[in-house]
Amino acid sequence: MSQEKRTIVIPSQLLGDVKNNKAGSGTFVENGKIYSEVLGVLNKNKDFINVTPIKGRYDPTPNDFVIGIIQEAMQSAWLVDINAAYPALLHVNEVPWDVDFGETEKYLNHGDVIMAKVLSVDQEKKLNVTLKDRNLYKVKGGNIVDVEPTKVPRIIGKKGSMISLLKKYTNCRMFVGQNGRIWIDGEDEGVKKVISTIEMIQEESLSYGLTDKVEKLLKKDAKDVQ
Amino acid sequence: MKSDIKLFENGKRLDGRKPDELRKIKIEVGVLHRAEGSCYLEWGENKVLAAVYGPREAVPRHTQNPLRAIVNARYNMAAFSVDDRKRPGPDRRSREISKVTSEALENVILLEKFPRASIDVNIEVLNAEAGTRVAGITAAAIALVDAGIPMKDIPVGCAAGKIDGQVVLDLGKEEDNFGDADLPIVIAPRTNEILLLQMDGHFTPNEFDEALNLAMKGCHDVSKMQKEAIMKKFEKEAN
Amino acid sequence: MTITPSIKKDYLVNLAKNGKRADGRKFDDFRNIEIEVGVVAKAEGSARVKIGNTQVVAGIKMDIGEPYPDTPDEGVMSTAAEMIPMASPDFEAGPPRENAIELSRVVDRGIRESKVIEFDKLCIVPEEAIWIAFIDIHILDYDGNLFDAASLAALAALHTTKVPIERMKPVIEKLAEKFPQAKEYLDNHPNDYPLPMQDPPVSCTSVKFNGVVVMDPSLDEEEIAEARLTVATDNKGDIRAMQKGLNGSFTVDEIKKVIKASTDNGNKIREQLYKSVGK
Repeated sequence: MSQEKRTIVIPSQLLGDVKNNKAGSGTFVENGKIYSEVLGVLNKNKDFINVTPIKGRYDPTPNDFVIGIIQEAMQSAWLVDINAAYPALLHVNEVPWDVDFGETEKYLNHGDVIMAKVLSVDQEKKLNVTLKDRNLYKVKGGNIVDVEPTKVPRIIGKKGSMISLLKKYTNCRMFVGQNGRIWIDGEDEGVKKVISTIEMIQEESLSYGLTDKVEKLLKKDAKDVQ
Repeated sequence: MKSDIKLFENGKRLDGRKPDELRKIKIEVGVLHRAEGSCYLEWGENKVLAAVYGPREAVPRHTQNPLRAIVNARYNMAAFSVDDRKRPGPDRRSREISKVTSEALENVILLEKFPRASIDVNIEVLNAEAGTRVAGITAAAIALVDAGIPMKDIPVGCAAGKIDGQVVLDLGKEEDNFGDADLPIVIAPRTNEILLLQMDGHFTPNEFDEALNLAMKGCHDVSKMQKEAIMKKFEKEAN
Repeated sequence: MTITPSIKKDYLVNLAKNGKRADGRKFDDFRNIEIEVGVVAKAEGSARVKIGNTQVVAGIKMDIGEPYPDTPDEGVMSTAAEMIPMASPDFEAGPPRENAIELSRVVDRGIRESKVIEFDKLCIVPEEAIWIAFIDIHILDYDGNLFDAASLAALAALHTTKVPIERMKPVIEKLAEKFPQAKEYLDNHPNDYPLPMQDPPVSCTSVKFNGVVVMDPSLDEEEIAEARLTVATDNKGDIRAMQKGLNGSFTVDEIKKVIKASTDNGNKIREQLYKSVGK
């Protein structure tokens, strides 16, 4: 991978014009000129100019895997906090159990944690999630760590390379939600290691060679313990 | 209240500045842990802290706009920030400043991306020395960038005024108290559009033009500093 | 409202069963404390305190006013803490609610009842004019344990406070025209001078969850806390103020242990306080 610097751009920064490029995500067009709309990293793809935000609220997309926390059990649905700008709705039709009207509390209550999938996002940004999938369930045990949603790709790594490293060297089970929540379970020391490594990944998310650096660190610690 | 102090003599102001000179400005980005975006800014003796939460669902529900986000800016002066202790809580001046601040920020934030949401901006003045509202908005703009809020421009503010008949940039405390006119503005620097403008005192039309030009130039100088502070923080992260 | 996931509580409880805390601290350890004084020029005294990520600014403003009828020759103080919206996504704008009021009053008592400020030295004209010290605490960043951060900031600010003779001279001179005591006061105090203070008690807060008691709670620990105990101790090891909060309970044994740990930590913090105010 080339060692060029990552270019940071800020809102209102001029990036190009429509004559030579296409305006991609994270940009807006005014009078034929393309500008950045967020603080982010510039990336040019073919003739698309895109800006990948460095920070910002999780913006739900259908089919995202997310870690949700139940806010409220209502008569035939639950309100779920998925770390977006709005709470999401989990309807009784979208869970694997047969829930009678008014019996929602028997299954999920305030504070319960679920692995869910984003089902739909409408014009008014009303969100729906579902638990109807083999990989989705109510979580038991473990701990949740919050990270910047924009850093999730880094923590997962290319084809899951980073998260595989973490699991391998700490013997922990992990699940990374697109919404910036990570579930970790394992021995105390392993969990601590994962958490501190995730912190490091967040701080250095923009630098190159991070995967190698993380692998070296985890290898060294494993050796020290032995 | 007029005093006998000569505010402008021999081309110099009370604090030694030239008519078109800004006070010293220092900016720190991302200084709070809980807030999603934050900025600490010193402007002369002013010390302001701005923090942003959002977008998040607007409450109470009746304030929600189904088509776009609303901006709730709250400007507040700490009780200890002024000579005579100020009773805690918003007074009418703070509420007016909060309103014109919200309106200035709403202009540049891409609100349609977040229907039914609110973007909550808090500006706290910890030490006050004239020009707190423009310092506050300038800090709030940086906090919004730090929070990852999409915007079409980064607003910036600056004030100009008139002292002893001379049009000057960035009034200091005595100049604000005993001067002839005060003109704080906030602009969108990319397009030079004016987002906030208030004036009190006495300007002839020519003096007003001069003051407005001076204030806009001041805004552009401060805008450079805003951008440098943001780049400095995030380029460090990148390398 | 931020919701605490139920599995987080279980996680912290399990760690505690093995004598551990999430951030690696021992049960009686405080997080890193930073104290910076003189941060607000307009205030007669000010300080910024950080305990972990919790950050607080305290400012002292002094004014001249009438004494209370039952203490005609003593100065007075008033404490207000503001939990401003920037400090947490859960803090709302508006007049102080019970949490802010309890915080203000506990910090106030820790200073007032232990006579940290020598009020008898703050009289200008008996029955007419005394000094009022306003302690205003601004919570900037809430990450657990506001009681100790607020109280420490107030103390650090008080220790660097100068009675503002110069700023208030016109008022005192006007009093001197009518009252000889005011003239005498002005002759004895022609310039700003340090607020007369005694050695302060330092407060240490602990919380209890699932039978375990930890000191200087982090945000997560506070969110699952069942009971809370703040103890202020002085440099002789005596107890000067206490406050128990929340609807859980403590055993007598637990309280005694907390007092001991508070005294030990209080002494360490007092040393750091003295260093930062230049004592």
